[in-house]
Amino acid sequence: MTKMIAATGNEAIANAMRLANPDVCSAYPITPATEIMHIFSGYAANGEVSTEMLLAESEHSAMSACIGAAAAGGRVATATSSQGLALMWELLFIASGMRLPIVMGVCNRALSAPINIGCDHSDSMGARDCGWIQLYSENSQEAFDNMLQAFRIAEHMDVRLPIMVCLDGFITSHSIESMRWVDESAARAFVGGYQQSIPLLDIAKPASYGPLILSDMYMEYRKAHEQIMAKVPQIVQEVGAEYGKLSGRSYGLFESYRLEDAEVAIVVMSSAAGTTKDVIDRYREKGIRAGLLKPRLYRPFPYEEICRALQHLKAVAVLDRSDSFGASFGPLYLDIVSSLCNQPQKPVIINKIFGLGGRDYMPDQAEHTLDELIRIAQGAPVNSVKEYIGVRG
Amino acid sequence: MLTPLNLKELSKQPELFAPGHRMCTGCGAPIVVRMVMMAAQYPLVVANATGCLEVSTSIAEYTSWKTPWIHNAFENAAATIAGVETMYRSLKKQGKINDEIRFIAFGGDGGTSDIGFQSLSGAMERGHDMTYICYDNGAYMNTGIQRSSATPFGADTATCPVGSESQGKQQQRKDLTRIMAAHGIPYVAQASPNHWQDLMRKVRKALDIKGPKFINIISPCNRGWRTKTNDAIQLSRLAVETCYWPLFEIENGVTSITVTPREKKPLIEFLKPQGRFKHMFATENAWMLETAQQHVDACWDRLQREQTLFVQPGTSE
Repeated sequence: MTKMIAATGNEAIANAMRLANPDVCSAYPITPATEIMHIFSGYAANGEVSTEMLLAESEHSAMSACIGAAAAGGRVATATSSQGLALMWELLFIASGMRLPIVMGVCNRALSAPINIGCDHSDSMGARDCGWIQLYSENSQEAFDNMLQAFRIAEHMDVRLPIMVCLDGFITSHSIESMRWVDESAARAFVGGYQQSIPLLDIAKPASYGPLILSDMYMEYRKAHEQIMAKVPQIVQEVGAEYGKLSGRSYGLFESYRLEDAEVAIVVMSSAAGTTKDVIDRYREKGIRAGLLKPRLYRPFPYEEICRALQHLKAVAVLDRSDSFGASFGPLYLDIVSSLCNQPQKPVIINKIFGLGGRDYMPDQAEHTLDELIRIAQGAPVNSVKEYIGVRG
Repeated sequence: MLTPLNLKELSKQPELFAPGHRMCTGCGAPIVVRMVMMAAQYPLVVANATGCLEVSTSIAEYTSWKTPWIHNAFENAAATIAGVETMYRSLKKQGKINDEIRFIAFGGDGGTSDIGFQSLSGAMERGHDMTYICYDNGAYMNTGIQRSSATPFGADTATCPVGSESQGKQQQRKDLTRIMAAHGIPYVAQASPNHWQDLMRKVRKALDIKGPKFINIISPCNRGWRTKTNDAIQLSRLAVETCYWPLFEIENGVTSITVTPREKKPLIEFLKPQGRFKHMFATENAWMLETAQQHVDACWDRLQREQTLFVQPGTSE
């Protein structure tokens, strides 16, 4: 076991990238992800990695170059946030459609307008259906661990899909937390060397990437993509278990916290889960059977496993750090409800929208939510299925 | 051993751009691409912006590209090939690849001067070892002949149509070749498929120079220009002879005109055969012909003066 250190989420991501030693990093500055590339550029400048840096003139070009570099036949990593991810949006589908295992750190940040640099999940939630794998991290430790595992998951020969490792902007990216690295040589061995698959630079076997595929075959390609996505949860679990042997920290599809015997539970992702766990501990001390489910693998969404984990509850609150305007509910809520909707016995499920644009998530928000769930579990009617919390008016 | 630039020897070379693609009859672009690919004496990796060339040469499960080829999106051929080239440098540095490869991006004028301009400018500034080739047919032909910043003054297009209140495109074209030269890159050139040896020599020169290179090549489009399907080469010749499309290169900042027309023909000889300029020949639009001619004259005059800046005293003809 390595010793405890203090690091920010961005340091954690950059360090995992250093250990993975990508062949190419292509990126563009944006708050709060910028610092990842500051730190990583230092590694490159000092020869600690063999990475070639491509410092593009926009996120659109950064991701375009990631696609070119990955197709060429090597390991590729990048990082972004918010507007940067939004500008990449067109290319996200191309990266996944070409089955290119690009690894991207995403420091979650609100979207304009109004412009705001604080944390929420609007950016990566807006990219949830673009064919990438998405992992979410509660703290610096998870950001580091997820980033290391991300290379293994994305580059797995049965997967070959791009992956986003999300962490909360500022709350995690810029906060110093206690965490542990892993033994460097063991980490390098865990990530392993890059395995090529149809490299563009193989001039002896010329390949055409990105052809025109019309209505005669397009749908078959889309179905194949979905079938590949279906294999991902199993591989995420295998990699998570193997990482556990290396680090002492195993990872699955999601974290269940005091959930097995719970009657009420909160489902929440990323940093807010930490605050929520503290509140749950205090409610448990009062004899209230409260628990938490923290999704880790959000795309592909492990519907069946999450259904089994939540099915026995009486009432569940899904906390979304973004909203899906016009869809009635937040994106995480819609996925949780979908996972349970065909079950004969299921909990009452309510939706809270919280923490947008860096608004603090406070323990009292978890308390009020749990109090409401307890009342619902005791038979009280649901006043409103969806509610903004921690908000004026 | 370089293949000499004569038809007999070139015809013995294997084609890297296969027939059977779906480009229109009489299109200039596949002619340009064949010349470029044939000129290259290195293994190539090619990136292609979305456009006529891309959609017509990669209809799955077929491809015309006998070299590695990647199409990413419309506006990012430069960034894409920059990514490929960066990976090449990385793998080469690490001893994981030994081949001597050259990198080419093809884009139409829309994908280059307009939507792909930022991507191109960024790649040039970063100094990637790549050659960007714009085949300029002067409009968004793939989507149905809409104006681009490369559309010449006066042209009738689907989005600047001739009507009772408007007489085609009212702006001069963006001078992309000069804009690329302003990036201070080691080699910029303008070429035309009618002067095929000049074109191929420029491609060879570009591929032998380290760093970012840009070549702008005129590429007649009979659909958009409203011309016949057998006159692409004749029209590209007229473009050169009228000095609408001068053939020159700027190597390390030094401008040289590579083909000087024996007699500079009036611009109307280039405009007249093209239906897109038909309205300009109406009596009331005489001003348009004058404006177009004046612009060509001014550009040609400036180019000649630029060239003289670099001629040493006593060496001029």
